[in-house]
Amino acid sequence: MSNTDAADKLRIATCSLAGCFGCHMSFLDMDETLVSLIEHIEFNRSPLTDIKEVKDCDIGLIEGGLCNTENVAVLREFRAQCKIIVAVGACAINGGVPALRNHLDVQDCLNEAFVEGIGVVDPQIPCDEELPKLLKQVIPLHEVVTVDYFLPGCPPPAEAFVEIVTALMEKRDARLPLKLRHFD
Amino acid sequence: MTNNNDASFFLDGEEIPFTPGQSILEASITHGSYIPHLCFNPKVSAHGSCRLCIVKIKDKITSACTTPASAQLKVESDIESIQQQRLRITQMLFVEGNHYCPTCEWSGNCQLQAIAYELGMTDNHYPMQYPKRHLDASHPDFILDHDRCIHCGLCERAGKELDHKALFSLSGRGINTWLAVQTGEEGQDEKLKHSDLKPEDNAAHICPTGALIPKKDLFQTPIGQRLYDNEMISSLGNCRPEDDT
Repeated sequence: MSNTDAADKLRIATCSLAGCFGCHMSFLDMDETLVSLIEHIEFNRSPLTDIKEVKDCDIGLIEGGLCNTENVAVLREFRAQCKIIVAVGACAINGGVPALRNHLDVQDCLNEAFVEGIGVVDPQIPCDEELPKLLKQVIPLHEVVTVDYFLPGCPPPAEAFVEIVTALMEKRDARLPLKLRHFD
Repeated sequence: MTNNNDASFFLDGEEIPFTPGQSILEASITHGSYIPHLCFNPKVSAHGSCRLCIVKIKDKITSACTTPASAQLKVESDIESIQQQRLRITQMLFVEGNHYCPTCEWSGNCQLQAIAYELGMTDNHYPMQYPKRHLDASHPDFILDHDRCIHCGLCERAGKELDHKALFSLSGRGINTWLAVQTGEEGQDEKLKHSDLKPEDNAAHICPTGALIPKKDLFQTPIGQRLYDNEMISSLGNCRPEDDT
């Protein structure tokens, strides 16, 4: 049974923008530590809960950079609803692997993927109005909103997630030794 | 009476002996004391371009690699204001290139990355520049990835001063600077395969980042056992995996 009242729990929201969900996988790598942590936190919007709307959170953990207009809208929503935003992983911090497309023209990328690529059947570029528009370049979070903390790594190790959440819970600066802040 | 060999200066209060003609950085490295640097290597002349070795002397900030050591000088290096400037310089180096550590063969052995670890860098602070550069994999033994080049000029100086041949040169100015490959023959494109770079050349083994690296035997060392995975560059110094030290 939980020792902490629901009202006292830290509310955490998470999302993956232009990321691969590897950071979320790493978060779950904390294994049984999650059991004790869950006594002090509750998840709001997250792929782990399937809650779709972010609302009144203490911490927003955001994986991935920004590659399309929906990513930007979600990031702004998180910024508005979360007291603290943490950029999680290499892609959120510098664009990461998705930013490798930044050397290329977006239209050329779409043509290669949907029109001229090998094995393409019924070539056409998807244009449903529900599909978000691609940004000209993939950019990191700090270029659009103020980011409070950065957790480098690809992915950051589970211990780094534990430390940053615990530090925020205890209202102190996170202590990340070298092995918890590698860039790869 | 003090002779020249006994001359010394003070780095953050520590007495550092020097010989006439040595710079502050050179004497500090010889003594085993660390000042962050990237564009300096004791084997070649100083360049003074990366600015990471900035130190404070009598309220003036100057690069330690181009400032001659002199007796009784009081040099401040490991102080907050200087470390903060070094952090911003390192962040500028990151955003001016395309440094994607997760996909880089040199990650864990990279001195730029190690300096970032040393300074506690977790973000890039500045907007990314994403410059358009190219990868030159034309040489049979070496990869030249311009994305990762910080234009320190070490390969150029090692070529000229140690290998006695013109292999590279820094061309252009400011943000438009690029590392040009010297081909020796007019009309040939600037491909590494058209240069005279040989595996035994010093220029091939002096790059502080993953810009000029061998093609073979990459990813041989497991993650966690690479040069700077567990040790700070301040204790290990500026090394490459093939170095003895």
